[in-house]
Amino acid sequence: MSTPAGVSAEIEELIEKNKKSRPIVAIIILFGGIFALLVSIALSISFGAADINLETVWTAVFHFNPDLTPHQIIREIRMPRVLGAAMVGSCFAVAGALMQGMTRNPLADSGLLGLNAGAAFMLALCFAFFPGLPFMYLIMYSFLGAGLGAGIVYGIGSMSRGGLTPMRLVLAGAAVSALLGALSEGIALYFRIGQDLAFWYAGGVSGTKWINLQVMSPWVIAAMIGAIIISRSITLLSLGDEVAIGLGQKTKTIKVFGMILVLVLAGSAVSVVGAVGFVGLIVPHLTRLLVGHDYRWIIPCSIVIGGLLVVLADLAARMINPPYETPIGALIALIGVPFFLYLARKGGREL
Amino acid sequence: MKETAFVSKDQNRAKTRNLVVIGILGLLIVIAFMISMNTGFIRLTPLEVIRTLFGYGTEKQQLILFEFRLPRIVISVLVGMGLAVSGCVLQGISRNALADPGILGINAGAGLAVMLYISFFPTTTTVPVFFLPVLAFSGAGITAIIIYSLAYKRNEGISPMRLILTGVAIAAGISSVMIVLTLRLSPENYQFLATWLAGSIWGSNWKFVLALLPWILVLIPFVFSKARVLNVFNLGDLTATGLGASIEKERRVLLAAAVGLAGASVSISGGIGFVGLIGPHLARQLVGSRHQYLIPAAALSGGLLVLIADTMGRWILQPSEIPAGIVVAVIGAPYFLYLLSRLKD
Repeated sequence: MSTPAGVSAEIEELIEKNKKSRPIVAIIILFGGIFALLVSIALSISFGAADINLETVWTAVFHFNPDLTPHQIIREIRMPRVLGAAMVGSCFAVAGALMQGMTRNPLADSGLLGLNAGAAFMLALCFAFFPGLPFMYLIMYSFLGAGLGAGIVYGIGSMSRGGLTPMRLVLAGAAVSALLGALSEGIALYFRIGQDLAFWYAGGVSGTKWINLQVMSPWVIAAMIGAIIISRSITLLSLGDEVAIGLGQKTKTIKVFGMILVLVLAGSAVSVVGAVGFVGLIVPHLTRLLVGHDYRWIIPCSIVIGGLLVVLADLAARMINPPYETPIGALIALIGVPFFLYLARKGGREL
Repeated sequence: MKETAFVSKDQNRAKTRNLVVIGILGLLIVIAFMISMNTGFIRLTPLEVIRTLFGYGTEKQQLILFEFRLPRIVISVLVGMGLAVSGCVLQGISRNALADPGILGINAGAGLAVMLYISFFPTTTTVPVFFLPVLAFSGAGITAIIIYSLAYKRNEGISPMRLILTGVAIAAGISSVMIVLTLRLSPENYQFLATWLAGSIWGSNWKFVLALLPWILVLIPFVFSKARVLNVFNLGDLTATGLGASIEKERRVLLAAAVGLAGASVSISGGIGFVGLIGPHLARQLVGSRHQYLIPAAALSGGLLVLIADTMGRWILQPSEIPAGIVVAVIGAPYFLYLLSRLKD
């Protein structure tokens, strides 16, 4: 990406002209979002069956005292859960943003395009055949599964006569999800792991433990840094392959690299919460609306907003009908479905 | 697309050919019926089956055949017929090769209605069986109306792709509501509902046959009587109007019939998808696209498909069973993908 300074300036101009970018709004969102995220994480930790006030949350985090029960609850149960929710939200959001940018497909989302179903299928296989598999290996299988789902969907999409249109990809994704879902369901019924799996499919962050976060975070952080590094090239790709090639981008390399990042992000998120859809659809669109079309801003803002969305969804899921928890996957789908309908109604025009 | 029957100069020969094809499909159902009778934990030889059918079997054989296997087989065939004809009608009226009550979310709507009922009145033994199809029909109908109105755009009407996308999204929304409901259930009720949702032929009981039968017996002949109208739809809305068909009215009536068939079938069988897709397509390959032949052929191939799927589901992982819906999805989803890859926008 060693473009001469003159060309670089030209690119900037092109981006400015074609896709308005609003860095100031982006910075406000980044800082405001991080602040909101911290506040909602604190609220979420304090809310639950055992009432804990914000002060206790503060002391539990910064002056941990293992003899106090509330501190134990916070440390062992609530913190990993909330941090897991935030991380998973960011993963799905960035995965969605990358996919939308690379393929110029406004309907791209890891759930809609079969990645989540693939990862979930792989995990069902793991649960059935290797019940005690440590999380470290589970997450790898999850990556593989996401790759499987994506491979089938894109394979079918590109074999078809009309080429890879957004609608066609979504339909292929729906069919592949149905297929993999049916297979996982069969496995679940046969091995009687149904209700465990059901909760987990629906998106449960409740089972998140420190070990999950430990295993997951290096992958996730690396992938997010990777996403930020290639964000500039993603912006160019989002202007169209011809433009990107004309400006000296190695489109193939970037796409392969981007796809690997997407698989890692979606795979690790699914391995923790199950197949939560629509986060990767909603968040990047929202972000794009706010900060413009420059992915150097979209990706960092998506990280923040995605985390915020899932933390809030998790909080709402616990508040709606205590002591029961409503699955967050279902809650997010309730926002996501109308949004998807709106996008589909616009005709799925290319970005 | 082979539309041999449609363009054939020798109408009579095509007619004989199509009737032979339909006859062969019927024969295949009989054969599958015999095989299905034999499949299961306790095996019966074909001779024993025939003897028992005519009332000369032992008491145990009678019990197995008449109380367990026969109702289940009959239901499989009926459900397959209902879904396939429903799909056939949907494909006809929307001129959309990918239309299927499962993909369009109509099955999901029916399932939600049944599920709501079961979760609020959990003792399944007291559910008045005849009420289930009505319930499913209303759920399916409401969903169909929602999907139709969401996919409708004033100036462009209904585009096939948008219709399906809307259906997919609505189905996703409904299934998320269902997930919320399943978690509230006790483990016993959950296991029951999960099996039902996965499309197992659960009502292996004559009562369910009786509940489903009227819908099939009334609606399939009704649709058949509209075969000419459906043929006209194939020519496109403008031509159809030109030929004097009152498009919108006929379309709504047929849509209601399709929803009724799908809803009634789903209320008994649970979520069996893709039958409404595969049945008609298979039939079209065999007898061409004239609905006089297409509807019976689709009904028979749908029935055959679900019967085979149910039999296979019982046989693959003996002694446990795989719901027919899963078997059908494993066959159907790749077929959908194949169709999708051939379809031009």
